[in-house]
Amino acid sequence: MTASNTHAAALVAVMAAVTMLLRFLPFWIFRKGRTPAYVAYLGDVLPQAIIGMLVIYCLKDVSVTAAPYGLPELLAALAVVILQAWRRNSLVSILSGTAIYMVLIRIF
Amino acid sequence: MKSGAKGTVARQAFYTSLPVMAGYIVLGIGFGILLHDAGYGVVWSLAMAVLIYAGSMQYVGVSLLAGGASLLTAALTTVMVNARHLFYSVSMLGRYRDAGKYKPYMIFALTDETYSLLCGGETPAGADPNLYRFLVSLFDQCYWVVGCVLGSILGAALPFSTAGIEFSMTALFIASFTQQWLDCHDHVPALVGLGASLISLIVFGADDFLIPAMALITLALTALRPRLAARQKGAGQ
Repeated sequence: MTASNTHAAALVAVMAAVTMLLRFLPFWIFRKGRTPAYVAYLGDVLPQAIIGMLVIYCLKDVSVTAAPYGLPELLAALAVVILQAWRRNSLVSILSGTAIYMVLIRIF
Repeated sequence: MKSGAKGTVARQAFYTSLPVMAGYIVLGIGFGILLHDAGYGVVWSLAMAVLIYAGSMQYVGVSLLAGGASLLTAALTTVMVNARHLFYSVSMLGRYRDAGKYKPYMIFALTDETYSLLCGGETPAGADPNLYRFLVSLFDQCYWVVGCVLGSILGAALPFSTAGIEFSMTALFIASFTQQWLDCHDHVPALVGLGASLISLIVFGADDFLIPAMALITLALTALRPRLAARQKGAGQ
């Protein structure tokens, strides 16, 4: 069953409102005075940790126990790392890695 | 500020946002196609891209719409899928504090990809950092809106198989992870992120690991704080 237009609009509104709430909440809570030292510390170290988490999140559905054992993802990911370390150009790394992946999943 | 200087900032922001352009247009098209197949046309795609503006949540939103989910289910699902945005905002508290008139939009538009472009903290020399960050945020949303609308219009009319193109999002995160690794001399936070997420994935499974991973990362970084904070001071920051 598909939602009626009114209900669908309400669903979109709820998704938008909750997403906005999550993004604004920390700024409301810590709006006055200085940010507590502990929160500032988290702000320093979280970016690297969260990007690591997002990498894992993107790869969460890769199966390493069934063919092709995550090989396309592994090889394409390695290509991105090597290209990024070598050229330091994100667009080149991303487009090349994606192209390599699209070729690999058609081979394996 | 003279218009020439603003033009320079806009150009710098445009260059910075380029890596996101490809990913957002491609992923946006994917979303538009999915939404179209679920029975919702271009107006819905445009509304969701403008109002929600959260990639993975919009993909999940297609199934909520198609299944006629309740409003409560939609609210709880959004909290689970988007809880990480709390972390993005916390880590941007200091940088966005004095952004003035640009601040509300910059907070609204703090997506995974915009965050990955701006969390490093560096801005071009001589540019107004707030205007620069505002423009990077705005350009990114423009790409996303264009992609979502294009997807709705093209629908299933694409003449070739685009299987595997979703890897562009993975590649984006791997590239920014690599760049941060090269830029930072302390790799413990990055390793904590990878390790805690892997442990959570193994323990809780692919569908439920994000919340425990975020909890574990926060706990581990809190426990390591005396060591890491001292090292950062030692590094002259």
